[in-house]
Amino acid sequence: MIKVYTSSIIDAPADAVWAQIRDFNGLPKWTPFVAESRIEGGQPADKVGCVRNFRLKDGGVIREQLLTLSDYDFQCTYSILESPMGVENYVATLRLTPVTDGNRTFAEWSAEFDCVPEREQALAQQIGQGVFQAAFNSLKALVR
Amino acid sequence: MIKVTRSAVIDAPVERVWAVLRDFNSHTAWHPIVGESAIENGEPADQVGCVRNFTLRDGNHIREQLLALSDEEHVSTYCILDATLPMRRYVATVQLKRVTDGNRTFWHWESTFDVPRGREREFAELVGKGVYEAGFEGLRTYLRQSRAAPAPAPRRSARGTIRCSAIVIDRHGGADELKLRDIDVQPPGPGEARLRQTAIGVNYIDVYVRTGAYPLLSAPGVPGMEAAGEVIDVGEGVTGILPGDRVAYACAPVGAYAQYRTLKADQLVVLPDSIGDDVAAALMLKGMSAEYLVRRLYRVQRGDFVLVHSAAGGVGLLLCQWAKHLGATVIGTVSTEAKARAARAAGCDHPIVTTQDDFVARTREITGGRGANVVYDAVGKDTLAGSLEALATPGHLVSYGQSSGAPEPPPMTVLSAKSATFSRPVLFHYTADPAVLREMAGNVFDLVARGVLRVEIGQRYPLAEAARAHRELEARRTIGASVLLP
Repeated sequence: MIKVYTSSIIDAPADAVWAQIRDFNGLPKWTPFVAESRIEGGQPADKVGCVRNFRLKDGGVIREQLLTLSDYDFQCTYSILESPMGVENYVATLRLTPVTDGNRTFAEWSAEFDCVPEREQALAQQIGQGVFQAAFNSLKALVR
Repeated sequence: MIKVTRSAVIDAPVERVWAVLRDFNSHTAWHPIVGESAIENGEPADQVGCVRNFTLRDGNHIREQLLALSDEEHVSTYCILDATLPMRRYVATVQLKRVTDGNRTFWHWESTFDVPRGREREFAELVGKGVYEAGFEGLRTYLRQSRAAPAPAPRRSARGTIRCSAIVIDRHGGADELKLRDIDVQPPGPGEARLRQTAIGVNYIDVYVRTGAYPLLSAPGVPGMEAAGEVIDVGEGVTGILPGDRVAYACAPVGAYAQYRTLKADQLVVLPDSIGDDVAAALMLKGMSAEYLVRRLYRVQRGDFVLVHSAAGGVGLLLCQWAKHLGATVIGTVSTEAKARAARAAGCDHPIVTTQDDFVARTREITGGRGANVVYDAVGKDTLAGSLEALATPGHLVSYGQSSGAPEPPPMTVLSAKSATFSRPVLFHYTADPAVLREMAGNVFDLVARGVLRVEIGQRYPLAEAARAHRELEARRTIGASVLLP
């Protein structure tokens, strides 16, 4: 089991940041790498159990299921059902905490998953920096 | 029940902030409203159950007990036992979290307590602002000041520049062009830090810079790519680095041959206690070069035959040690018997003294005719054609320097005859990303701490004798690394 943890400070109030990311179907709006997304079966995008089916700009298709969503804690959890990344038992958590000093947001994104040992380092780097940090960077620009 | 929550970002790594906060009696040093404080009964200040007995600067008196402490989670929980303030059932928790983006710290501080009816707002304000917010600012000030360098007072001008000695090149050429002169070192601008340097690494690239073979310095200028020292001040927006930190760097632009230097802070690596300043100055560039050569550009594997040219040189010795550690059979070229001994001691299985033996023929012989899986060649002109001949099919020829002059590029037909890969890599492209830089340096420091990599500092020179250091390096009279001491 590998754990990846990425955290950042976003220069906007936590409720404003949360408004962007609570939409489980909203990845194309705030990440730089998702081309299009839909929720399977026409379910609401904030219903626990719903599945988002999205296509990356590089062509890969990923299906992820929403496991928890808390507007009170600014936190959601999801798992990967299908992806081209070669990961198993992938569960990720995205969480925001207000920073009272400066009315900013502490954003944490972590994931746990299994993969073949040779790819551990590359995948940890790709997910931690290429996905989580890259998404934080585009979020910073979006809410500024 | 009142609940108070405050949080802040501190521009220092979480380990640094936690080292202060985990000490239950440290608040007297950093919190502006805390006066005298002592742990009762002489108990350790990180022992759960210990009681701190302290006065506030306004005269109030409080006893607090440590209820929980986790070095794993960076959490400390405590409660008030007695206070001259009318606060009851006060329980507070401090939690730190790592901000990976910028290597900073998120500090969350919250508490619940009761006060007499009607005074809720007053106490929420007192605790939130007077204690927690004032504490954030107090710790920031403490971190900035407490570790400020006790350096010998530099000559500072009114504008904050520091006048110091440096080696300056007025025009490209021989070692005589390295002249000692005074320069002014500017205060750090946004994203920069200023160092008092304690050891400077001498590398063959410095010779290329001096002669003008590599266009990295426009004269007049200060050469040098690597050094270690102490941070004396940092500019706006710098995170993860504080005055007083012991750091090292290996990066462009040039300018390391000086007593003081201002440069981009994101290229600095904080040194672990196990790595001395001179070792760091001798190791950063060469160690990280070895790291990407054996682990990134080509991944050396158990059973590989690895041919290392200049096996007794700074990078050469590290390549021998690292490749051997990874399970390879190491073949090395050297110019003398003394250097052969140094290479052998570093794990080189087959040192070849090139004045006596032909390295191509010897490599074929040692590998049973197959050739080396990878050849690391920093000699260039004199060896590159032979390196191609000594290469296995398929093999990887890495040209990472040119101490004998610029080589002819290998013809495609020669490469295709062996399905050969040819690389002409530059370390600084690999270290440009600060996260990768820290990972690379971390791998090097780790192997040094474990005794796998040993750094031989063969030569130490005063900064003023940089020209002699260059002459000896070019005359191939040095063994291991050379450092300048400012």
